[in-house]
This record gives sequence, structure tokens and C-alpha cells, in this order.
Amino acid sequence: MPVRHPERSAAKSRDLFVGQMKTGPSAALGVTALNRRFLLVGAAVVTLLPFEAAHATPEALAQVIKEVVGNGRLREGKVKIDVPPLIENGNTVPLTVTVDSPMSDADYVKAIHLFNEKNPQPHVFSATLTPRNGKARIGARIKLADTQKIVAVAEMSDGSFWTASADVIVTIAACIEDVN
Amino acid sequence: MANALINAPKTAKRGEAIEIKALILHPMETGFRPGTNGRMIPRNIIEFFSARWNGEEIFKMTFSPAIAANPFVSFFTIARESGKIDFLWTGDENFRVEESVSIVVT
Amino acid sequence: MKFRRLGLMLLPVFAASYALAQGGGDKRRTGYQDMSPALQQMQDDDTSNPGMLFVQAGETLWKQPAGKANKSCADCHNGVETSMKGVAARYPAIPKGADTPVDLAGRINLCRTGQQQAEPLQPESQDLLALTSYVTYASRGLPIAPPNDPRLAKFRSEGEAMFRRREGQLNLSCANCHDDNAGKKLAGATIPQAHPTAYPVYRSEWQTVGSLQRRLRNCLIGIRTDAYAYDSPQYLALEVFLMDRARGLKIEAPGIRP
Repeated sequence: MPVRHPERSAAKSRDLFVGQMKTGPSAALGVTALNRRFLLVGAAVVTLLPFEAAHATPEALAQVIKEVVGNGRLREGKVKIDVPPLIENGNTVPLTVTVDSPMSDADYVKAIHLFNEKNPQPHVFSATLTPRNGKARIGARIKLADTQKIVAVAEMSDGSFWTASADVIVTIAACIEDVN
Repeated sequence: MANALINAPKTAKRGEAIEIKALILHPMETGFRPGTNGRMIPRNIIEFFSARWNGEEIFKMTFSPAIAANPFVSFFTIARESGKIDFLWTGDENFRVEESVSIVVT
Repeated sequence: MKFRRLGLMLLPVFAASYALAQGGGDKRRTGYQDMSPALQQMQDDDTSNPGMLFVQAGETLWKQPAGKANKSCADCHNGVETSMKGVAARYPAIPKGADTPVDLAGRINLCRTGQQQAEPLQPESQDLLALTSYVTYASRGLPIAPPNDPRLAKFRSEGEAMFRRREGQLNLSCANCHDDNAGKKLAGATIPQAHPTAYPVYRSEWQTVGSLQRRLRNCLIGIRTDAYAYDSPQYLALEVFLMDRARGLKIEAPGIRP
């Protein structure tokens, strides 16, 4: 009887191949032994799926962050990203970015930027804020082409930069249609 | 068809931070999807969203192709005086939609 | 056969126990229950549910005169909340003077061509989806209640036969996934029991609202067979069966699915 690893079956977005193995002859060979290889094959196949013409890269992500931060220091903290750890379809990923700030005239968030790691281009949004916002919290729905990290950068009125990141697992729907 | 849904309170207390939600119908075609003929479907997105309270800008945001179709945004603003909150979306293919809501601040 | 008879006998039990989150004998689950909390919250919040854009557009169309008769829906039906309450819950149905069932969108088009003397709205068109969403919205929260029309029995049987028949290059029937393997994963997605409680639905995959027929076409493409043309009798028979199978489950409007 093949042994299943519960964390793999629940969390891996390349379950396409794991699922197919359930009923095929591979299942008899022991699912755990083949899991990793099939997951990697699956990952390669999924990244070739039509909707990624080009890839953003970790370098591109670092580049756009540098464009915001310049020579300043990027500190971890104050920023919180609320995003589901796993979303069933990358077309609609709801999230909220909150920055801990009094939003007073003396101390407020000037801008919140959100970036991604693996979409064809690294930007998601840039929001401009003033003390009049009262709360530095932005809600949005974004598209993620693949399981990846998203990074939020907050620009403060005192010139400091703060950041946080979140990992999102993106699965795909079964039974889709052709682009027609 | 210009089809937007704004959710803002109809009344607020002066100084209160209220949440505004804005949703608009738009395909947000990324420009990275291949069509049936193998060529990329051209990009068609909303690029810019802003809100003004009695003419004064209270929020603005730039969207990228990574914003989901039928874009949704929520943000906060401090209620100062009664009046009109105007919303503007602009983007590719001369897209321009304006909406407004009234609010009473006591 | 057995399922249907048993279902009818236990109808009041189903209706009651569903409200208790299936504490009793009803083992049915809707796609809503299979969704992540993030998507459930999106569906539950009318202020940010993208399907509401279609409901809102439907509201505008409801009041718009159309066709040679220059009549709006409102001219005959007045307010949607009263006149259309419960209507979506009892479709597909066989209209007067006909002998085959139509779905709700088909019924709307009968009014378009008949009463309004206008061109019918195209399948999956924004306008037809908006009106269907708006009319379904009036039945939000009501239990699915197919009409007691004995003429529907034949279509229900046809639909059930289709549901259980293996098809396509993958040689799968609807029942193989949605009865036998519901709750398990396929390609990382949870296989739902496939109760059409939330149509027209905002499907993330489509990035827009679409009909049950569109979703059924996706299934047919999924098992690698040709999808029937829109409004084919096969879809109607299947929908008659599916709605009977979903009897008592509450209508979600506007629904969201991955």
C-alpha cells in the first residue's frame, strides 16, 4: 500500500502529476518515492504554460526594489501582508497590505509598493498616501502566475523604507477551457 | 459599459477614518496571454486610479498587469466635511471612467 | 432511480438538515463549502463581490425598454425582488405552449423575443449574464425547488444517463469525478460534488461571470470530448437532472468559484 505524505498532498501545487499517479501503474510503485521527481517535472511543465511569455527573475525583483529604495536602507518590519497561503486560482488573489504608522503630519506612510517574483513583470501596484488616509491599509486583488513570493515596500515620510514578504502557493483549476 | 461599484459610508463622523471600496468591470488583459492564433492578446489594463474629496486628492494608485481583472481596491480616508467623493480610472485604449458618491459628515 | 425516489421522500429532511451544516443524513456539499476562506469571504461581501457588477448591470437592463414593443422587464414584472423571487429556484422549466425545457437564460430570451419583440441576447453575452444574474439574485438563499412537472421526468432521466455515461478520450463520466471522487484532489483542486447552486458564477479561471453551460463545456473539454453547442438539449437535460440532484440546497447569488 503506497504511503502518502500528508503535507505533500495538501500543499504542493504540482498535484497534477500526483493525482494522475493515483490511478496509474506508478501508484503501485510507491507514491512517495516518485513524488519529488514528478513534482519537479510538473513544475517545469507548469512554468511553460501559455500565460507566461517571459519570466520576472529574482534579479528583476531586486532591481525594482532598488529603484524605489535607491541607496537607502531597507528594513524588515512595520509592514504586514495579509494574503491566503494557498489560493485555488492565481487569477484572483485577494490581499491587504497594512503599515504600522500613526499617519500624522510628522510621521506617515508616503507610498506602498507591492512587487512579485515570478510574474512576467515584477510590479503589482504603487499606492500614494498622505496623512489624510488615516490608516495605511490597502486592499487589492492581484494575479499571480505561479507559486511565489510577493514583497511589499513602504516609503515613510522620514525617508526610511520598510519591507515584508509573503509566500503564496498557487494551484490551478481543473477542467479549464481553450482560449476561445 | 462603464460599470463600477463604490462602497463608502453615506454618513461619517468628522475625524473618523472610513474605508472606501472601489470595484470596476475591466478585463485587465495582461498582454502576456497567447490568443488562439498564437500571438499575444494585446495589453489592455487600467493604469491609474484616484479619489478626490471635494476636489482634493485623497488617494491614488497605479495598477500593473498583475492587478486582477475587474480590479478591486480598498483604502482609508479621514472624513473631514460633507460633499462629494469623485473616483477616476484611466487606462489603455482611452479608458476613462468617473464615478462619485455623496457623503454627509457630522 | 433509487437516488431520486429516496431524495423525494427525504426532501423535508434534506431541507432541514442542510441548515444544520449537514448534521443529519444529507451528505451533500456545495462548491462554496469546498472553497478556501479567502474566496468564501469574497463571495459573502456584496461590497466587493465582482459578480455584483453583473447584478448591478442587470438592474439597469431590467429597467431599460427594448425591442419593437419598447418595453422593459419592469413594465411587466415591476420590482425584481417580488416578481422574480423563487423563479431561479424552479428552472429549468417547460414554458407554456412548448414541450422542451428552457433554463433561466432561455426564459429571459423568450421574453426578449416574445414580449419585447427584440433580438435574443447571445449566450455568454454580458447583457444576458447580467439579466440572469439579476433575476437569480432575487432567489438568493432560497432552496432549489424544481417544478412538479411530470413532463420533466423524461429530461431528468436523459440527464441522469448522461451524468453516468463515460465519454471522451479520458473515458470519464461526470459521476466518476463528482460522485465517486468528490472531495479528493484533481490537479491541486478539490473536486466538488457539482451542485449548480451558484450560477451564473464569477469563475476566477474565466475572470468574469459565466453560465452553467459554459462550465459544463469546460468539463467536456476536460475529458477531451467535443462540447455541444450552446443551448443544446443535452445541456438542458443535464441541468434538469443536476437541479433535481441539488434539490433543497440554497441558491448563492452572485457566486464565486476558483
